[in-house]
Amino acid sequence: MSEKFVERMIKFYLPLFIFLFFLLFPFYWMFITAFKSDAELYNLKLNPFFIHEPTFKNILMLFKETLFNRWMFNTFFVAILATILSLSASLLAAYAIQRVRFRGSGPIGISIFFGYLVPPTILFIPLAAIIFQLKIWDSLWSLVLIYPTFLIPFCTWLLMGYFKSIPKEMEECAMIDGASRLRVFWQIVVPLALPGILSAGIFAFTLSWNEYLYALTFISTTTLKTAPVGLITELVRGDVYHWGPLMTGALLASVPVALVYSFFVEHYVAGMTGALKE
Amino acid sequence: MAKVVMEKLNKHFGEVKAVRDFDLEIPDKEFVVLVGPSGCGKTTTLRMVAGLEDITSGNIYIDDKVVNQLPPKDRDIAMVFQNYALYPHMTVYQNMAFGLTLRKFPKAEIKQRVKEAAEILNIGELLERKPKALSGGQRQRVAVGRAIVRKPKVFLFDEPLSNLDAKLRVQMRVELKKLHDRLQTTIIYVTHDQVEAMTMGDCIVVMKDGLKQQVGAPLELYFRPANKFVAGFIGSPAMNFMEGELLSEQGGLFLQTMGFKLKIPEDKAAKLKSYPEKRVIFGIRPEDLPEAPAAIPNETIEVVVEVLEPLGSEVYLDVKVGETSLIARAEPTTKAKPHFKLYLQPVLENMRFFSIRDEKALF
Amino acid sequence: MRISENIAIQPGKRPGRRWRWSGLLEDRTVMGMAFVAPAVGLLLLFLAYPLILGIWLGFTDTVVGGTGEFIGLANYISLLNDALFWKVTYYTFLYTGAAVFFKLLLGFALAIVLNREFRAKGFVRAIVLLPWIIPTVLSAICFWWLYDTTFSGITWVLMKIGLIGHKIDYLGDPTNARIALIVANVWRGIPFFTIGLLAGLQTINPSLYEAASIDGAGGWHRFRHVTLPLISPLLAVVTTFSTIWTFADFQLIWVITRGGPANATHLYGTLSFQRAIPGGQFGEGAAISAFILPVLMISVWVCYKYMRREE
Repeated sequence: MSEKFVERMIKFYLPLFIFLFFLLFPFYWMFITAFKSDAELYNLKLNPFFIHEPTFKNILMLFKETLFNRWMFNTFFVAILATILSLSASLLAAYAIQRVRFRGSGPIGISIFFGYLVPPTILFIPLAAIIFQLKIWDSLWSLVLIYPTFLIPFCTWLLMGYFKSIPKEMEECAMIDGASRLRVFWQIVVPLALPGILSAGIFAFTLSWNEYLYALTFISTTTLKTAPVGLITELVRGDVYHWGPLMTGALLASVPVALVYSFFVEHYVAGMTGALKE
Repeated sequence: MAKVVMEKLNKHFGEVKAVRDFDLEIPDKEFVVLVGPSGCGKTTTLRMVAGLEDITSGNIYIDDKVVNQLPPKDRDIAMVFQNYALYPHMTVYQNMAFGLTLRKFPKAEIKQRVKEAAEILNIGELLERKPKALSGGQRQRVAVGRAIVRKPKVFLFDEPLSNLDAKLRVQMRVELKKLHDRLQTTIIYVTHDQVEAMTMGDCIVVMKDGLKQQVGAPLELYFRPANKFVAGFIGSPAMNFMEGELLSEQGGLFLQTMGFKLKIPEDKAAKLKSYPEKRVIFGIRPEDLPEAPAAIPNETIEVVVEVLEPLGSEVYLDVKVGETSLIARAEPTTKAKPHFKLYLQPVLENMRFFSIRDEKALF
Repeated sequence: MRISENIAIQPGKRPGRRWRWSGLLEDRTVMGMAFVAPAVGLLLLFLAYPLILGIWLGFTDTVVGGTGEFIGLANYISLLNDALFWKVTYYTFLYTGAAVFFKLLLGFALAIVLNREFRAKGFVRAIVLLPWIIPTVLSAICFWWLYDTTFSGITWVLMKIGLIGHKIDYLGDPTNARIALIVANVWRGIPFFTIGLLAGLQTINPSLYEAASIDGAGGWHRFRHVTLPLISPLLAVVTTFSTIWTFADFQLIWVITRGGPANATHLYGTLSFQRAIPGGQFGEGAAISAFILPVLMISVWVCYKYMRREE
């Protein structure tokens, strides 16, 4: 073994593997728990890091005895609608701020960005009061309307960065070619910004899928809960924890996000770093 | 087919006055070049004609019609941008057809016109490609093609050749000029390159700091620059400038500088007599500084050669008179060597005189 | 009208109602305003207004479903006289400080490890981001189970190798619980730092390192004099983001400990939720979450300064 290899081992592979182990271990733990029976789970004599007799009981219980699929549907419903709503609003706003450059566009852009910093923990109480007044308490529509508060700032900022990268001359040329501003937007800018729109959409979807505090606060009917809230509130009753189904639920509820993510990793990373750098 | 008139045009960006009281009348079918260093306001002027930039004050007429408030799409102009601005998501054909489609031309006519333009520009085989798959020169042609299919009243070119390599640039220069002969349409062309301006324009407008410096045919600017800036800007290498004192002695009018004394020709002397101040700036082009075999009193300058720049057909000599550097053009057969003395005999008839106060040409 | 003269240039286009609408949009201001209106409207209604309403609620005795009276600083006075509130304040700052510190340290370290070419780089980078994108609540459930006193895998390993002789009560003991939650937060937050900073590291021109090496700089000096100054603006922004998110955290705590044991792990966010939603005391809850505002304002200020410097 050459000295160089040893050095690379110590300086690179070793720290990398320690990090990866730390970051991935909880997922492994989640995964094996999901396929263990209660008997195995609570048998201290067995090595807990292996599945000795894999079982699908947990999954069955989750779908048969809980409203898990209903919660998943609710989460989908809210995430998709909130994403579409936020993306449309952000697309228009980002273009106006970055490119139309009307009077006041600068301050509006900065204010929208700062909206992203406002944490939900400050907002949920007054929002609860507002939701109550609007009579959409305990309705999924409240979430569809509230999620844009954190999605719009993020998407707008991300899309502004994308619009910046489109040469201005492209739009000017189209305007000289005879296109109205509206047409320039639809036929030139939007097609060119598609990767950015995709990034923003993926982000918005995962962010809404992961939301917890608002869903926990505004929704109380069991059938209307989103997956993260439903799992916690319905599978944990007093001191009885159904660890198997809980882990299974956590695993399954992570699947859509993980899927979306795995298909669009590059867009996701680009979106995250793009938004940071802007 | 249109004449373009700019009248007391002003453009301010906040405190910055990009274009100041700009007047220009461009006759129909003329190839006009706006030239000047970066930040002189030439591109801003062009963009105001295009309607991409609001006008602070003044008027722009296209075909005797005020277009100040007209959006770009309704001005019936076409523009070629420095970075070409081809739509990356459309094929070459779609790029060229875009303007016609928007104006709801019949399909057959669009096809016909694109085909025609593609033939003129030799890009017939590229029509189905996307801009990404084109070379710089091809993109340039597509950008031009996109402009000509529309048969607009006026073509605007914003430094269209500056992204091409030197060889291609020379070639495109000729092609654009031919194109103008063929289309007979008014062209306003912006460049910072004076060679481009000289070779292409029927008429050149030199600008600096938002102000028009001089308007004229290429050789007129070269031989009769209106001020020191135009004199220095047009021509390469640039005109040499020095300060000197006018001395009226017996035998005529003399120019005295730190390093030498020259007798001013009679006709020029007569014109200079009325000039009240004694100190002037005088300018002389490198080609008007030929070598002299020996010193002649009041006619030659003694210089020290610093550097030789042999270009083949000619050699430029960087020389020094006292503290001042000059550039002189010499034949390739020159015997000049660095650090050796040399005599130059200025062609005094071609000397230019400028006022020290406002740098304007004295006559 | 000049406009009507131009229609002649556009064959087939007739003036009509639609045309006039798009004509209106040709004006920068009209179009700009129209385009930002949906976003600004939603944000004004559901972000700006609640922000102000929240501050107002903090000065009232509003309860859930009812209207409250203005009671001045009463909520704040009772909070400041409450030992529990001070305990929560202490842990909020401890949690934020410790978690952000370790996230920064480890996240930066991982970014540096990853900032080189190796096989499967893209794949590794994708995996590293997993803790960040998987719903926090779901990974929190996992940590909760991992911190189970009897069945924790960590305990099993430690006992097997003989490091400990008895089981650890991760979440039952106040100190343990506090540490356990910080570890969970660090786990979730590392990817954000890593990926953000990695992007910054990759924009540093390699020739700078080469120039520094030729000037005689070793590894540490290259890091200290090239990497650090160039990445510090990004570092500041990433840290600011992480700080406000951590300070206002809710999910991890609420899922794993609900603020227990003995309220040792409450943050402002969880305490405010507990008082306002199950407890019904909107006014008091709003007053508690108002304590997040100063940190929010500092974050906004830092970001603003950084953005100004960029321009």
